[in-house]
Amino acid sequence: MNSRTARGIRIVRRRAALTAIALVVGCSPQENTRGWECIAPANAGGGWDLTCRSVARVLQDLDLSPGLVRTTNLPGAGGGVAFARTVAQRSDDPSLLVAASPSTTLRLAQKQYGPLAVDDVRWVGALGAEFGVLAVAADSPWNDLGDLLAALRSDPTSVVVSGGSAVAGQDHMKVLLLAHRSGINPRSIRYVPFDGGGEAMTALLGGFVHVFSGEGSEVEGQVAAGRLKVLTILAPERVSGPLRDVPTALESGVDVTWVTWRGFYVPGSIDDATYDRWVDVLRQVGSSPEWEVARRANRLDPFFVVGADFEALVKQQVADFEEMSREIGLIR
Amino acid sequence: MDALTHLISGFAIALQPLNLGLAFVGVFVGTFVGMLPGIGPINAIAILIPVTFAAGLPPESALILLTGIYYGSQYGNSISTILLNVPGTASAVVTAIDGHAMTKAGRGGPALAMSAIASFFGGTVSIFALVLFAPVLAGWAIRFGPAEYFALMVFAFSALSSFSGGSLMRGLAATAFGLFLATVGLDPNSAIPRFTFGSLQLLDGMDFVVVTIGLFAVSEVIQLLEDTEGGQAAAVGYGRVMISAKEFAETGWTMVRGSVIGFLVGVLPGAGGTIASFLAYSTEERINGANGTFGEGDIRGVAAPEAANNAAANGAMIPLLTLGVPGSGTTAVLLGAMLGLGVTPGPLLITEQPDLFWGLAASMYIGNIFLLMLNLPLVGFFVKALTLPRWFLIPGVAALAFVAVYAVNGSSFDLVMMTGFGVVGYLMRKFSFPLAPVILGLVLGPLMEKSLRRAMALSGGDWRILFDSPIAITLWVLALASLLAPALIARKGVPAE
Repeated sequence: MNSRTARGIRIVRRRAALTAIALVVGCSPQENTRGWECIAPANAGGGWDLTCRSVARVLQDLDLSPGLVRTTNLPGAGGGVAFARTVAQRSDDPSLLVAASPSTTLRLAQKQYGPLAVDDVRWVGALGAEFGVLAVAADSPWNDLGDLLAALRSDPTSVVVSGGSAVAGQDHMKVLLLAHRSGINPRSIRYVPFDGGGEAMTALLGGFVHVFSGEGSEVEGQVAAGRLKVLTILAPERVSGPLRDVPTALESGVDVTWVTWRGFYVPGSIDDATYDRWVDVLRQVGSSPEWEVARRANRLDPFFVVGADFEALVKQQVADFEEMSREIGLIR
Repeated sequence: MDALTHLISGFAIALQPLNLGLAFVGVFVGTFVGMLPGIGPINAIAILIPVTFAAGLPPESALILLTGIYYGSQYGNSISTILLNVPGTASAVVTAIDGHAMTKAGRGGPALAMSAIASFFGGTVSIFALVLFAPVLAGWAIRFGPAEYFALMVFAFSALSSFSGGSLMRGLAATAFGLFLATVGLDPNSAIPRFTFGSLQLLDGMDFVVVTIGLFAVSEVIQLLEDTEGGQAAAVGYGRVMISAKEFAETGWTMVRGSVIGFLVGVLPGAGGTIASFLAYSTEERINGANGTFGEGDIRGVAAPEAANNAAANGAMIPLLTLGVPGSGTTAVLLGAMLGLGVTPGPLLITEQPDLFWGLAASMYIGNIFLLMLNLPLVGFFVKALTLPRWFLIPGVAALAFVAVYAVNGSSFDLVMMTGFGVVGYLMRKFSFPLAPVILGLVLGPLMEKSLRRAMALSGGDWRILFDSPIAITLWVLALASLLAPALIARKGVPAE
């Protein structure tokens, strides 16, 4: 064990101890207002929480941050509580990062954060991603995306799709976008929402639905066991690892990608110099071997977009989601 | 037998000094975090995950530690439930009914000892079942579709009369109140807000911990204040610490039934410990209600749900390990940890990583023995809390309630809500409304609604899907039998009281 890892362990242990004490007394650690803070807008253990904790660790290991980076869990309203607090109370805080993903942009597009909008914060960058997949049972007659789309064209009501998000949530959106871009009326898609990808996949294995819409990491175990076939992966190009033989939708001639990026926004009223510092910090994290290790541990594929490119990506995503949500009548 | 050889090699792994130590640390930490409602195992596990990664523990050792916290917390939770009437998880609510009644009657010691023994029993039975039947049961969990889940919920609700304290009308009213509370927040299917009045805090709905601690603990505090009339009341004793041979004998079959019910229901993802504990209790009440004192401190009312919820906690490991489907919030965090450790849960886990699966199963068995050794002697220590003077105990419970609720979301809005529910709970007690059905409605309502709507979405609105499979039909028959049983027993001339 080298000294850097050893120090990392000490830091993690100390932080865990601090967090434990803080939890016991029932408050967030507030003792150090100078250090950086990463808000995970959900409870401990979820995707946003892992994003914060793993990036915080790399920041400390690389000595990019002034001291410890503390992770605060601020759950509520699917990230809405954290978003609202960032806008209303911390709008010029130069030490605050907030974890985000397409779940954030989708809710913004569907006006689920009330009057708050994508421009109320600044988007720094994404450090990794998962990609959307569509899978069917091993004994399904469909072998690729073309087969599925053909079935949808001939009778859209004969196909039932399961996913781990609510109606108009991420897993539903993937199918809607695929249908829409292939000239199939998205309103005719039959989608059944479950509590998380695991339950949705169980419904597929049990034969209750025909197609599962989810993320790559969710299907790997069942694919290895030969129980599922992955029809398509919604990545810009083929991925490495267990799903390397799965063609992308782009290869099948359908212009849809679904990147479940893991990234950050920062308060909207910070000055440009501070924003540039955040971009630079994320760039250093993203190119470090330490992040490479953390990314693999979190089962994320490489996906690195920062600064102006990321702001453009986020805004395009919100616009796409808005159009789609309007198309199916979810928002006016 | 193949499973047996594997299990022996599993014990060889679990008995390595490091793993033995980690299992002990895990159940020890679990017992304590379980005692603090609201903080609970989810946070403890989430905090320890990066530590296990950084320490470079092998996957099986890390999982032995983390699962130890998981089932250790099931033990710990019953302590605050029985002694202080502060259940921290939905599956402990049932234990509160007779457990706290026993405490009030000066039998807190036997109640705690019974809970530890029943937990051990349920845990041990279910680990053997896990070892023997894991692959088979993974298949049975898959055949449970939305229609079957809906029938299961109906069956669970048919148990209602056991929790109604004699008045079915009041029980129904309390359930309806719980169901109403469950509708607040985002619609589970379409994520459209219901009854939130534009408030961000209400979007996530009524948090179970906020409602339960308000209804049970805060109203208990108000009640205690009223009873003491200025701090004059004497502290309740705690009786002897161990249970008698007679009590042990009369709870034997109770624990067997509780364990079987708990394990079978626990295997179903999402259903888990809550349904298991409610069903186990009502089964006992149906079988022994005539010659028992259920609701007023019957020791079988502690044994049944405690055996069931511990068996369910182990049963929930089956879908997690073999399907990669977490059955509860805590197992969802465990799933995250597994992925981080490079373990891919799924049907191949048992064959490809036998060391991990069997080592974990063996360590759970050892962990259960640790828990019993740890908890039985501690009973005498914990019940001393009851001899604390009221001027200390009452603010102590109040402080515990506030800390627990604030720890969930760090939101002061929750504290206001909890206090409001405390007043509601106090009024319900005054008008003899039972509290447990509120929780039944609040916890099972959303599951029932989601299952029904999923079933309807699958069938395109055809109601026949609800009666379409042998499993569903069996559950409907059980529900019907459970509804009619009290009437039939009464008819045979057995006194119902």
